[in-house]
Amino acid sequence: MMEPILQVKDLHVSFFVKGGEVQAVRGMNFEVGKGETVAIVGESGSGKSVTAQSIMRLIPTPPSRVKKGEIIFQGQNLLDKSMKQMETIRGKDIGMIFQDPMTSLNPTIKVGKQITEVLIKHQKMSAAEAKEQGIEMLKLVGIKNAEARFNQYPHEFSGGMRQRVMIAIALACRPALLIADEPTTALDVTIQAQIMEVMQDMQQKLGTSIILITHDLGVVAGMCDRVIVMYAGEVVETGTRWEIFKNPQHPYTKGLLRSMPRLDQKKGEPLIPIIGTPPDLIKPPVGCPFTARCSEAMHVCEQIDPGATEFSETHMARCWNLHSMAKEVQFV
Amino acid sequence: MSKNLIEVEGLKKYFNVGKGKVLKAVDNINFTIREGETLGMVGESGCGKTTAGRTVLRLYEPTAGSVKYNGTDIYKLPPGKMKAMRRDMQMIFQDPYASLNPRFTVSDIIGEALDIHGMAGSRAERKKRIEELLDMVGLNHDHATRYPHEFSGGQRQRIGIARSLAVNPKFIVCDEPISALDVSIQAQVVNLLKELQDRLGLTYLFIAHDLSMVKHISDRVAVMYLGKMVELAESEELYANPIHPYTKSLLSAIPVPDPEVEANKKRIHLHDELGSPIYAAGEKTNDSDFELVEVSKGHFVAKQYA
Ligand SMILES: Nc1ncnc2c1ncn2[C@@H]1O[C@H](COP(=O)(O)OP(=O)(O)O)[C@@H](O)[C@H]1O
Ligand SMILES: Nc1ncnc2c1ncn2[C@@H]1O[C@H](COP(=O)(O)OP(=O)(O)O)[C@@H](O)[C@H]1O
Ligand code: SF4
Ligand SMILES: [Mg+2]
Ligand SMILES: [Mg+2]
Repeated sequence: MMEPILQVKDLHVSFFVKGGEVQAVRGMNFEVGKGETVAIVGESGSGKSVTAQSIMRLIPTPPSRVKKGEIIFQGQNLLDKSMKQMETIRGKDIGMIFQDPMTSLNPTIKVGKQITEVLIKHQKMSAAEAKEQGIEMLKLVGIKNAEARFNQYPHEFSGGMRQRVMIAIALACRPALLIADEPTTALDVTIQAQIMEVMQDMQQKLGTSIILITHDLGVVAGMCDRVIVMYAGEVVETGTRWEIFKNPQHPYTKGLLRSMPRLDQKKGEPLIPIIGTPPDLIKPPVGCPFTARCSEAMHVCEQIDPGATEFSETHMARCWNLHSMAKEVQFV
Repeated sequence: MSKNLIEVEGLKKYFNVGKGKVLKAVDNINFTIREGETLGMVGESGCGKTTAGRTVLRLYEPTAGSVKYNGTDIYKLPPGKMKAMRRDMQMIFQDPYASLNPRFTVSDIIGEALDIHGMAGSRAERKKRIEELLDMVGLNHDHATRYPHEFSGGQRQRIGIARSLAVNPKFIVCDEPISALDVSIQAQVVNLLKELQDRLGLTYLFIAHDLSMVKHISDRVAVMYLGKMVELAESEELYANPIHPYTKSLLSAIPVPDPEVEANKKRIHLHDELGSPIYAAGEKTNDSDFELVEVSKGHFVAKQYA
């Protein structure tokens, strides 16, 4: 493992709503190394965005609250920072892009100004320096005619181009970490492939660490170093991309992979879906959260949360069947 | 081989976008769909897939061309006969949530489709039919009294499917029915659509931008590009031997959940931004370039590249 730039330790985040406490994140643990790309993968509602927003300290409080845990970024616990300190960290040290760039771009301000604002504020650049750097960033993310595009409004850009602008803004101050929350989910496949290439390219040029969040495992096979599979607010499996794609261990990870059509699949062969839906996090299951949907579930699964089983220094999964005492527990 | 259920000829749908400009959303497309077949339709956002689907169902009046359903040109039908025809031809939408009335219960939503076509019968018959449809799409009978917001995305899509099936259609345009769903749930819906097709002998026009799913479900696939159809072939053939540069670029962009494949993959770039289907009023498009030519059995490509 490379030197970690981010360590999330035992993070618990809940939403306090009318119906009770939604335990959106229930003990997340993971690290991101310097210059590393880590994918967080899981179904809608598994807590990916809440995890990302907790790191950025952007979760709405109330109704939500970090109940427990630490978020150590470059040696400091972000949960101890004031909102003012966080504002600086967000623009300068951690960049973020979202699924819908229109929600984070200001429609009334020219694209160029939205980049230079960040540079002037955080890098204390002069207007002229910021403009030069801003145009440079637009070029870097593959926007042609950057000088002319600099003076256009967001609505004059297509969806894919807007996402490039977002990447340019997020990376303008050369942050150490980029968090990309479903950056291509709303885009066409060709545009998606281009955006992924831009991110990879930027990472190579700038050495940024990336957390890439997606519900689509297919998207990350090409570019991430490690994968974190999240389910019902927990990490159920984590490993290098080779371990996750070539040697998945957890029934949920295997199910995700099986439910995707493969181009080499035979005609007429049905897909194998994961039955049912994720559990209600107001009353999260006491045992393994996947029990209700798992074809391998045993009696013990429902009652006791399985601990971690390690297969290598980088590969871990939480499932009773993988436990070294699996044979014995079946008879509990 | 079964007969053609749908025959589309020279179909055009232009939108007037003001300032003397027209947007040629669908521009002279030709295809047939056999009874019981699934024709996939792929292409980038804005290339005219939804417009094509809606025009084929006459939810839009065409600018030119004909659509024959079972040999009958539906554009020539008077309103009364068209309404009866609508029973046979249904649509499933991309966004299950937006297409379901939030103030209606599941039972109201499905029942409404029956009522419109006077197929409800007695109260008991209506209830029985609704329950039958819920069974068909894998929902519980006690879901009937609930509202759309109480369901997950995949379940909402099942409600949309039940509503479309209510009137016993033969032909369904599925407009990106899984695009809004999680990957894990997409497989459930695709399997359901396949199963229903086998059971009820349905014919589908399956519109999507997920090319691996389209290959899985379709017998043949048509590729749309800026309102034109540029390539059409059996799905295995299209994926194995794409000819049009746009098809090649689309196929090379499919993310494959295998790091080995990804590491060796060559992306084919066409260009960064698509052209525009907007023309000055009266301006002719060069139809002959886009005439489909059969280059091998059942494999058609725009003449330019044949
Ligand atoms: N504003 C909110 N109020 C109540 N619950 C919420 C709110 N936002 C998110 N949640 C809950 O938190 C859980 C995790 O959500 P999220 O992190 O957005 O999932 P993901 O990004 O993985 O799709 C979900 O169960 C969701 O219902
Ligand atoms: N009612 C309409 N009026 C004007 N333009 C339209 C209308 N509907 C669609 N269009 C335009 O037609 C083109 C094709 O749109 P659409 O059929 O929705 O594409 P797709 O479904 O492939 O994304 C787009 O440029 C779109 O903006
Ligand atoms: S612990 Fe049990 S229910 Fe959970 S994934 Fe493993 S076998 Fe399935
Ligand atoms: Mg999310
Ligand atoms: Mg559409």
